[in-house]
Amino acid sequence: MNYFLTEEQEMIKETAREIAQKVIKPAALEYDEKNEFPWDIQKKIADAGLFGVYISEQYGGMVSDDGMGIMNLVIAVEELSKQCGGISLCLAATALGTIPIILFGSKEQKEKYLPPLAAGEKVAAFALTEAGAGSDAGSIQATATKEGDYYILNGTKQWITNGKEAETYTVVAMTDKSRGARGASAFIVEKDTPGFTFGKKEDKMGIRASSTYELVFEDCKVPAENLLGREGQGFMVAMKTFDMSRPGVAAQALGIAAGALDDAVDYSRQRIQFDKPIVANQGLRFLLADMSIKVETSRAIVYAVAKSIDSGDTKCPKESAIAKCYASDMAMEVTTDAVQVLAGYGYMKEYPMEKRMRDAKITQIYEGTNQIQRDVIGHQLVKEAASRR
Amino acid sequence: MGLLNSTLTPLIENLKSKIKNFMNIVVCLKQVPNSGDVKIDPETKTLIREGVESIINPFDCYALEEAVRIKEKLGGTVTAVSMGPPQAETALREAVSLGCDKAVLISDRAFAGSDTLATSYALSEAIKKLGEVDLIICGKQAIDGDTAQVGPGIAVHLNMPQITYVRKIEAIEDGKIRAERMTEEGYDVIEAQLPAILTVVKEINEPRIASLKGKMSAKKADIPTWTAEFIGADTEQLGLDGSPTMVAEVFAPPSREGGKTLEGEPADMVAELVGELKELQVL
Repeated sequence: MNYFLTEEQEMIKETAREIAQKVIKPAALEYDEKNEFPWDIQKKIADAGLFGVYISEQYGGMVSDDGMGIMNLVIAVEELSKQCGGISLCLAATALGTIPIILFGSKEQKEKYLPPLAAGEKVAAFALTEAGAGSDAGSIQATATKEGDYYILNGTKQWITNGKEAETYTVVAMTDKSRGARGASAFIVEKDTPGFTFGKKEDKMGIRASSTYELVFEDCKVPAENLLGREGQGFMVAMKTFDMSRPGVAAQALGIAAGALDDAVDYSRQRIQFDKPIVANQGLRFLLADMSIKVETSRAIVYAVAKSIDSGDTKCPKESAIAKCYASDMAMEVTTDAVQVLAGYGYMKEYPMEKRMRDAKITQIYEGTNQIQRDVIGHQLVKEAASRR
Repeated sequence: MGLLNSTLTPLIENLKSKIKNFMNIVVCLKQVPNSGDVKIDPETKTLIREGVESIINPFDCYALEEAVRIKEKLGGTVTAVSMGPPQAETALREAVSLGCDKAVLISDRAFAGSDTLATSYALSEAIKKLGEVDLIICGKQAIDGDTAQVGPGIAVHLNMPQITYVRKIEAIEDGKIRAERMTEEGYDVIEAQLPAILTVVKEINEPRIASLKGKMSAKKADIPTWTAEFIGADTEQLGLDGSPTMVAEVFAPPSREGGKTLEGEPADMVAELVGELKELQVL
């Protein structure tokens, strides 16, 4: 089907596909088992230019004029995720940590931080979540107190993707607790800033090739010029960032599902039972068909939202929540069914299918649980209805 | 202004090439059918090419990668050259996406039916047309012809030293190149005066994946097609007329049969095998 990709997007797709097939596919199971960040693969993804696909040409990226490049990011993440949803995160989560700088960064901040991120020389991370503040992001406890030319950062962030491997962190902390939702601010914090250390590395169900760490800030002195936007804009930075980045997570889920479907179809043609390939059974074909419907409809909404954002439409929180919620729910269903198609082979760790099911689960959880997504969608519906009257 | 340019540019080019280690490198490549899909037509005894994907000859990918790495390390330019039908242009464009600065296709009806002698002659004439060359790198052989003769043929036509089956380049300095030539037992270290020609084996490197930047350059690249006349080739040395050899027959050899299959417990089988090898005086 014609997805109306631009010539550049076709190149991105081709390049990401080649990396996925030649580099990621042979290594995915090993990184999953070892729970290790795939630096050598990250380097190949960077050398191919994929880290810059959503960043402006001005800073070494690929995006011309003032476009966003979210569709470019979606294409790259989808293709890489077809072979491993954990490895593709080194790019997807970097985008999450970088988009705040793109949206709210000053000229100086962009000039300083974006070029190495676009080149893939450095990796980024986004730090909002705390032990007591997941869906309830408003109740974060980390504080940032202004003292002269610095903000003193104190607190602990939990479950941060690309933690410890990243050099550039966008951290949200309270600058004025009394102001509630308008009391948080976002900062760019560099690794190796004194007072910034890492706690434990998480041992996860899936996406094990992605590093998930606790971040610990103890009287960490962050230069005042690293404030992103203005004081009090912290939650807005987060929300606007998520509006842009949701298609990225959705693309990860989509890729995981699409890869699972392809392998399930291939397997069903080769596996012979009762003297014929199992795909000769209509029941099995119906199962594959339903999986395909889920993948294709996910793709449609994810692409539509990404292209809409690129066109300058910043007012689609409902659709971007739908894309993330739907693609991830579908990915969980598709990967579960894909394991079923492979049956015994689907259950064994020796084969790459069970990992996909373990990888898919997180997409329903992070960057806003699917319950929060539904909350966002519900609120938007009410808002839209109210403005229609 | 124009006069200044026409004096300055060649002067600059001359100076550039005299800057130590600035390397003008040529890579010869061939577009071949993707061997996995190939079948032989039992009647014409030729490869059936319809519907088969065309790729850069895999050994030439290693040659290209090595050339680009040398350029990245020492400075210089890499020009890819290919002799082939018009569609070989896509292979050259892919070479640009992999880091080549320029590419040239030599294509002419006069080249049809060329054996390796005529091919190496044509390529040599094209290379002469390119101007000053410091190093020519080829893949050791093409996976369709499998002769491994064209690289050495070019060396003779251009009167250059050749190092074949190169698995590693040790050094390029003081106008010389030192490389490891793979042998069955190990390797020889050969030093040659530049300009020289190398043919490389796959042990030499791991070819990169084309970057987005490379692909965009490839899209814009101007790849000229040079005719036999343009390169000033002698028509009698081209094509069928210039080919002292011809392909008599292409066939798949019969699969090897016979031999002895050992059975039983591993320890017993090993004893039996050792006995047989001793009888054959292999051990």
